[in-house]
Amino acid sequence: MYLGARLSGFGGQGVVSAGVLLAYAGMLDNKNVSFFPAYGAEMRGGTANCSVVVSDEQVASPVVTAPDVAIVFNEPSFAKFEPLVKKGGVLIINTSLVNSKSTRKDIKIIEVPLNQMADKLGNSKVLNMIALGALSKVTNAVSKESLSEAIPKVYKKLKPELIELNRKAVLEGYNYIN
Amino acid sequence: MQLLNERPKSLLDVSMHYCPGCGHGIVHRLVAEVMDELNIREKTIFVAPVGCAVFADTYFNCDAIQGPHGRGPAIATGIKRAKPDSIVVSYQGDGDLASIGMAETVHSAARNENITIIFINNAIYGMTGGQMAPTTLIGQKATTCIYGRDPKVNGYPIRICELLSSLEGTRYAERTTVHNVAGVVKTKNAIKKAFQNQVNGIGFSIVEVLSMCPTNWGVRADNPSEATKYINDQMVKIFPPGVYKDVK
Amino acid sequence: MKVLMKGNEALCEGAIRAGCRFFAGYPITPQNEVPEYMSWRLPEVGGHFVQAESEVAAINMIFGAASTGVRSMGSSSSPGISLKQEGISYCAGADIPFLIANVMRGGPGLGNIAGAQGDYFQSTRGGGHGDYKLFVMAPQGVQDMIDFPTHCYEIAYKYRVPAMILADGIIGQMMESIEMKTPEIDPKNLKEPDWALGINNTGRPKRRVTSYDLREGMLEKMVLERVKRYRELEKEVLWEEKMTEDAEIILVAYGTSARVSATAVKMAREKGIKAGLFRPITLSPFPKKRLFELASKTKDFMAVEMSLGQMVEDLRLSINGKANVHLHAKPGGSLIAPEEVFDSIIKVTKEGVKDYATIK
Repeated sequence: MYLGARLSGFGGQGVVSAGVLLAYAGMLDNKNVSFFPAYGAEMRGGTANCSVVVSDEQVASPVVTAPDVAIVFNEPSFAKFEPLVKKGGVLIINTSLVNSKSTRKDIKIIEVPLNQMADKLGNSKVLNMIALGALSKVTNAVSKESLSEAIPKVYKKLKPELIELNRKAVLEGYNYIN
Repeated sequence: MQLLNERPKSLLDVSMHYCPGCGHGIVHRLVAEVMDELNIREKTIFVAPVGCAVFADTYFNCDAIQGPHGRGPAIATGIKRAKPDSIVVSYQGDGDLASIGMAETVHSAARNENITIIFINNAIYGMTGGQMAPTTLIGQKATTCIYGRDPKVNGYPIRICELLSSLEGTRYAERTTVHNVAGVVKTKNAIKKAFQNQVNGIGFSIVEVLSMCPTNWGVRADNPSEATKYINDQMVKIFPPGVYKDVK
Repeated sequence: MKVLMKGNEALCEGAIRAGCRFFAGYPITPQNEVPEYMSWRLPEVGGHFVQAESEVAAINMIFGAASTGVRSMGSSSSPGISLKQEGISYCAGADIPFLIANVMRGGPGLGNIAGAQGDYFQSTRGGGHGDYKLFVMAPQGVQDMIDFPTHCYEIAYKYRVPAMILADGIIGQMMESIEMKTPEIDPKNLKEPDWALGINNTGRPKRRVTSYDLREGMLEKMVLERVKRYRELEKEVLWEEKMTEDAEIILVAYGTSARVSATAVKMAREKGIKAGLFRPITLSPFPKKRLFELASKTKDFMAVEMSLGQMVEDLRLSINGKANVHLHAKPGGSLIAPEEVFDSIIKVTKEGVKDYATIK
């Protein structure tokens, strides 16, 4: 089993921290994992993206150039990563902020209104967790249980009620996918 | 017969390489006397510079290190942080401290490193053969300004005590001379205070000593008093002796 | 128990486990996590951290601290390492062991902040002025970052040479799951070296840390004494081989390039091409004897590196004309894709290109 994922969005959408969580969950599932952030010169704003690999074998390159799955949180990320998704791969689109439609027939398109769903849960910040829940269901690369378990390990300063909310958001995303 | 004076225990019985009339030997002896009097010889780690005092690591009877040009205060910082119980002294000349090592000088003062700096200002690069120093006086001749230092080309001399005294981290800065007996006595007192401050944990202390360089000042060997006269008549006008900072 | 850790942070934790208690550094991407981590972590274990005013000051603070026998460390990235070279030369000349990490970025000049391998020459040839060598280890992942400091200090103190961990931006920035395997060393249990500066209350002879001797012929003597230790150091060479026994082509790569090459080797094997991987773990000393041995049965070797081709020169010196040496090189802080390397393997093995060299 090998999954190369690319997560991309605005700075502040929790893209990088979601990547760390995904890697952590993979580790809890006894997989080999790597996380690699694209570190730009700008500190605020701009596009944030990261690569995550979850694999049964040792990870070769931590930089995922042709992702098996890409989550695009905003329009610029769609433009950048939609063409790069590997044939037969998955593109998870945040339809709350992405209006473009993919014309690719060789990949699976999953549309999730991340912002609306997060707002419904009462906290716009948990959109990244919803996305990971969806990824878990679509790819089976990491279990939703491991994602849930990893939350307090990665976000060490999170209050108990927020841990629960984040876990709920993972489930929300997981159940959104049929 | 009565013994009036002897070699300080902190100074090894080796012959020094300094030129006749040079001030380094006097200051070496004063540093050694102070180390004896404060009973800190066994604790002292001596940081020797690049410049005329490069061999100083072999003259003092204590552990010593010789480092890159201008980096004495950084080396002293590392030693003092790693071994806080030691007494660390960085001995430097004007090219070393005020030119290539200016950043280390300023920042060790700004950090208030608990170290002692002995700064020999003779307004010239000695060991390399008399080039212009950051402290060379306007009009003073050097091998890289043979008609005398011209401010239009070479800028102005740097006053280290004045500069460092503007920094909050500097605890003690005094300028003295060794061109006459009174100056030598004052220099010793200043050096003693600079070491005592370190012992007491007060912090960054520097003594700037105006010192003779008869060789590179072009003073005739048969008339060495010309060098002391140069300090007396010229240098002290640009570099007035005195206490510039003294924080208890 | 496994933990998920960033390469730069693992390097710090590894150094602290190895007994490091002094660090001085300066901010530069992509190694910023190192001084950041050390600034809070070292005081927790009774160590000392200084944010220096410059790279130059930092290396000299390390020179001072390491001279007292305290296990000390510095880190930077390419341009910063260049600035430190004078200080590294002084440490080498004064036989002061310490650990320095270079988290390489693209160059020359300011270059970029991506991972690169353009500082191979600088690291393996000494780097600063004068005749000297460093002990250089090349990690290929986060596990190595936490494991290598222990070995580096051991070798550095045994042979009295500075040790360098030559990583790159990718290894520094990536996170991987790792185990903390190396034993925790309490510096209190380490014997004080007989050259360390310090408080002399036993009446021992005065100690001097110095790199100079102006007396006629004495510097030569000093350097030659060091060369004896460099010769001994040769036996500390480390490397790793994968599927080299029957290989018709052996890729030679270190660090990140070795990871990429491992995938390319796998791709080749799936296509029935007998490819193998040779990964130098120490770059100085370089595993030249073993490579020469391998050259008696394998006829093609290919260096894979994220530079214009620097390690390839050591490879050529090792093979010494006994086999063909090819090159797959990529400078400028760009990552090599396994597919590109696979293409190069095809060029050599199937198309029989002689002296193949590609700079992509």
